[in-house]
Amino acid sequence: MFLYFLKKLGVILPTFFGVTLVAFVFIRLLPGDPVMLMAGERGMSEERHAALMTEMGFDKPVIVQYGYYLMDLARGDFGTSIITKRPVLEEFGALFPATVELSVCAMILAILFGLPAGMIAATKRGSTFDHTVMTSALTGYSMPIFWWGLLLIIFFSGILGWTPVSGRISLLYYFEPVTGFMLIDSLLSGQDGAFASALSHLILPAIVLGTIPLAVIARQTRSAMLEVLSEDYVRTARAKGLGPQRVIGLHALRNALIPVITVIGLQVGVLFAGAILTETIFSWPGIGKWMVDSIFRRDYSAVQGGLLLIAAIVMLVNLAVDLLYGLINPQIRHTDS
Amino acid sequence: MPLLEIENLTVSFQTAGGQFTAVDSVSLHIKPGEIVSIVGESGSGKSVAMLALMGLLPWTATVTADKLSFNNQDLKTIAKPDLRKIIGSKMAMIFQEPMTSLNPCFTVGFQIMESLKIHLGLNRAQRKKRAIELLELVGIPEPEKRLSAFPHQLSGGMNQRVMIALAISCNPQLLIADEPTTALDVTIQAQILDLLLKLQKEKGMSLILITHDMGVVAETAERVAVQYAGQQVEKQKVKGLFSNPHHPYTQALLNSLPERSKSKILPSIAGVVPGQFDKPKGCLFSPRCEYATDKCRTVPPVPAGDEQGRALCHYPIENGKPTNYPEEVNS
Repeated sequence: MFLYFLKKLGVILPTFFGVTLVAFVFIRLLPGDPVMLMAGERGMSEERHAALMTEMGFDKPVIVQYGYYLMDLARGDFGTSIITKRPVLEEFGALFPATVELSVCAMILAILFGLPAGMIAATKRGSTFDHTVMTSALTGYSMPIFWWGLLLIIFFSGILGWTPVSGRISLLYYFEPVTGFMLIDSLLSGQDGAFASALSHLILPAIVLGTIPLAVIARQTRSAMLEVLSEDYVRTARAKGLGPQRVIGLHALRNALIPVITVIGLQVGVLFAGAILTETIFSWPGIGKWMVDSIFRRDYSAVQGGLLLIAAIVMLVNLAVDLLYGLINPQIRHTDS
Repeated sequence: MPLLEIENLTVSFQTAGGQFTAVDSVSLHIKPGEIVSIVGESGSGKSVAMLALMGLLPWTATVTADKLSFNNQDLKTIAKPDLRKIIGSKMAMIFQEPMTSLNPCFTVGFQIMESLKIHLGLNRAQRKKRAIELLELVGIPEPEKRLSAFPHQLSGGMNQRVMIALAISCNPQLLIADEPTTALDVTIQAQILDLLLKLQKEKGMSLILITHDMGVVAETAERVAVQYAGQQVEKQKVKGLFSNPHHPYTQALLNSLPERSKSKILPSIAGVVPGQFDKPKGCLFSPRCEYATDKCRTVPPVPAGDEQGRALCHYPIENGKPTNYPEEVNS
C-alpha cells in the first residue's frame, strides 16, 4: 500500500511542475500588465510605468522571472498579491472555505441523487424511468452553467421569490467566522434563522454547480451497474435467496462503485472550473470569483498561486480516490502491494 | 412422494429476432435423497431449466409449466419473498465458474455467513462457528484462517468448495449442481465430485447433477435425463441408459465416449445443436441423426412409452436397432 502511494506521488510531482509552467506563461500571454491596470483610465507616463515594472521585477526576461518564482515556491512562498499586497496563500485560505462549502454541498447533491437514479435506471433498464433519467442527464450535462444559473435565479428568486439572488447569508446576521463554513458557523452563532438564511443562499448555487456532476454520476452508475448485474456473483447472490435491495445495493453496487468513484474524483476538477462561473453568477465570495477578479486585474501572483493551489487540491483528491479503490475492491489492493 | 415435480416446463426468451424457446416441455420428478443427472451438450437448455426452477432467469424469459412444485409448494404461484425463503436454504445451486461466482469484494466468510444470517437467523458467534464447520466439511484446510480470505486468493477448486459450503449451509433438501467440475483441472474434478457425493449421502439430500460428461453420469447418478436443443429426448435409469439407449442422440453420445470406441478415430456427432434460426421442422435431432427419414425431417415425434425411456423419436432404438424402421430408407 505504501509503495502504491509512492508510485502515485511520483506521477503527481511532475504534473505539479507542469502546472506552475502553464500558470506562469498563460497569465503573461494576456494583453496588458498589472501596472497599466492599476493606473486606470488616466494612464501614466512611460517613465513611471517602466520604473514601477522594474520595481516589481517584471522588466527581467520571463525565464528569469520564472526561476525566481520557482525558488519562492520551493520555500513555500506562493507570492504576494500585487493589488492587495497580502500573501496569496492568506487570501486563498480566507476564501477557500466558501468554495469548499459550495463544492461539497454540490457534490453531496450530485451523489445523493445521481447514484440512486443510475442504480434504478440500470435495474429498470428500458423503462420510462430509465429513459427519463438518461435524457435529463444528457440535458443537464449539456447545459451551460451560466445559463442554467440565470434560469434558476429568474425562476426561483425572481418569479417565486423563494431564494435570495446572491451572497452567502442575509445582511441581518453577523458573526465572527469560526470554521469559515457558513452553514456550521450560523448554527454555532445560535442566532434565530441564521442557518435557514445560509441554507437558502446556498441551495441554488449548489444545484447549479452540482448539475453536471449529477448527470455524469447518474450515467456512469447506470452503465457500471448494467455491467455488474450480468455477473455470475450477482446470480449467486440471488441464488442465496437475498432480496433485491441486498443484491443490488450491496453485492452489485460494491463492484460498480470503482468506475463511479473514478468519475466522482474527476468531477472535483470540473467542480472547481464550474465554481468560477457559479460563484460569479451568485456573487459567492469564494476562490472562483477571486480568480476571475484577479485575472481581470492582471494580478499575476494571485492567478499563479491560485491555479497552483487548485491544481494541487484536485490532484490530492484524485490521489485519495486512488487509495479508495483498494478499500472498496480488495483485488486491487492485493495486486499492487 | 416426489420432492420436486416439474411437468412440461417451457422457457422462452424475448430476443431481437423474435421468441426463442430454450427449454421445451421438460418434465422431471425427483424423490428425496435421489441423484438425477441431466446431460446434453452446450445449448441444450439444461442450465436454463434449472435457473427457471430457482427463479433466477432475467425478465426477458417467459416460464410456463403445467406443474412446478417443491415439497408440495407450488412454485408457479408462489410470492417472490416466499420463494426467496426456499432458494438458498431448502433448494440450493452451485455453478460452473467458481472463480466468477463468488463476489470479489467480500470475504469468503462474509458470503457464507450472510446466508446463515438471513435463512437461519444465527447470531454472530453461531454464524462464525457454523461457517468454520462448513469449510471443514468441504475439505478446506485451516478453515478459521480462510474465513477472511477473498475469492481471488483461493484456487478454482477451493472456490468451488466454498460454493458448495455456501450451498449446503442451510441443509438443503435439493442441491442443483450445474456443471460443477467443468472449469476445473481433471484431478480436482474427481475430488469435487467425490465431495458432492459424500455430502449427498451424509445429508440425505437430493442431487441434480447437470453435466455433459457421460463418465460422470455413469459414476454418480441413479437416473438420467438426456436433453437436446431444449427438449428432453430420453429418461432412464443409468444402467439401462448405458446398456440399452433408446434415443439415437443418447446412442451417439455413448458411442463418442473414448472408452467405448472400437476404431482408431473417435466417433463424433457431426453438426451442432440448432439455434433460433435453423430449427428443423420435424425432429430437432434429424439433421444430425444417422437414422433420419423424411418423416423425421417433417413430423415432430411424440415421446415413446416408459419402457422405452420416453424417447422422443419416431423409431426408438432397442438393443442398438431402431424399431418400426421402414424397410426402404430413402435418406
